[in-house]
Amino acid sequence: MPQVPLNLYLELSAVLFIIGVIGFLLRRNPITMLMAIELMWNAGNLAFIAFARNFIDMSGQVFAFLVITVAAAEAAIALAIVVMVFRRRENADVDDISVMRG
Amino acid sequence: MIALFWICALVAIASGIWTISSRQPVHSVVGLIVNFAALAVLFLTLNADFLAMMQIIIYAGAILVLFLFVIALLTIGAQPIEQGPGRLAFQAAPSVVAGLAALLVMSAGLRVAWSQSASAPVLDLGSVATFGQQLLTTHVFAFEVTAFILLIAIVGVILMAGRKELRF
Repeated sequence: MPQVPLNLYLELSAVLFIIGVIGFLLRRNPITMLMAIELMWNAGNLAFIAFARNFIDMSGQVFAFLVITVAAAEAAIALAIVVMVFRRRENADVDDISVMRG
Repeated sequence: MIALFWICALVAIASGIWTISSRQPVHSVVGLIVNFAALAVLFLTLNADFLAMMQIIIYAGAILVLFLFVIALLTIGAQPIEQGPGRLAFQAAPSVVAGLAALLVMSAGLRVAWSQSASAPVLDLGSVATFGQQLLTTHVFAFEVTAFILLIAIVGVILMAGRKELRF
């Protein structure tokens, strides 16, 4: 069974990360922007795990696990902020939310 | 193995593009679930069994359900976002160009730096026993810091999204 070379995984990770970056820059819905951020977290995780596999070192996998945990905390806090924005305003277009203390 | 990689890679890229291009946030969540499932299969091909399970359970099971709850609670009566051009519509084309340029730079660097093929497979690299042993001995400090981060996140979310009488 031929093994997949490492650079294919890294290329895929780069492509997924750039998809997340472009989505974050293009979209104006804060929830969809958060999902683009989740895409970027996962692209980074894929690179971590590919390197862990290549160097037979568990540190990459442990760090990917920590990244999953931090991503969960980030999603919770960001969605709480989105809830507050939606409570105070009818329109939650991020281009229009330029003033704090709404 | 290589065929499985290409299938999962194409599914991941297509669902990622679907995630960022669909107008309805619920459709984006569905695309993200497909993306996470494809990535979990890729983790399995990289001997990361435990992380593949965590990918399904935590991401697809917990975080995306959180997204679905927020979408269902908030956007049901609100007027839809992204109708018509936004105030910063001129930024769309430069952002796509900048993203593709960054992708070109990254892949060129990867092609120079990592061109060797993978080493022989290790069977118990990412098993639960190995993972837990590493996490609770070598990386125990990072593990404790993670617990602290989660505590801060819980306190912050309760402060921000809690009842109005709790506002400080």
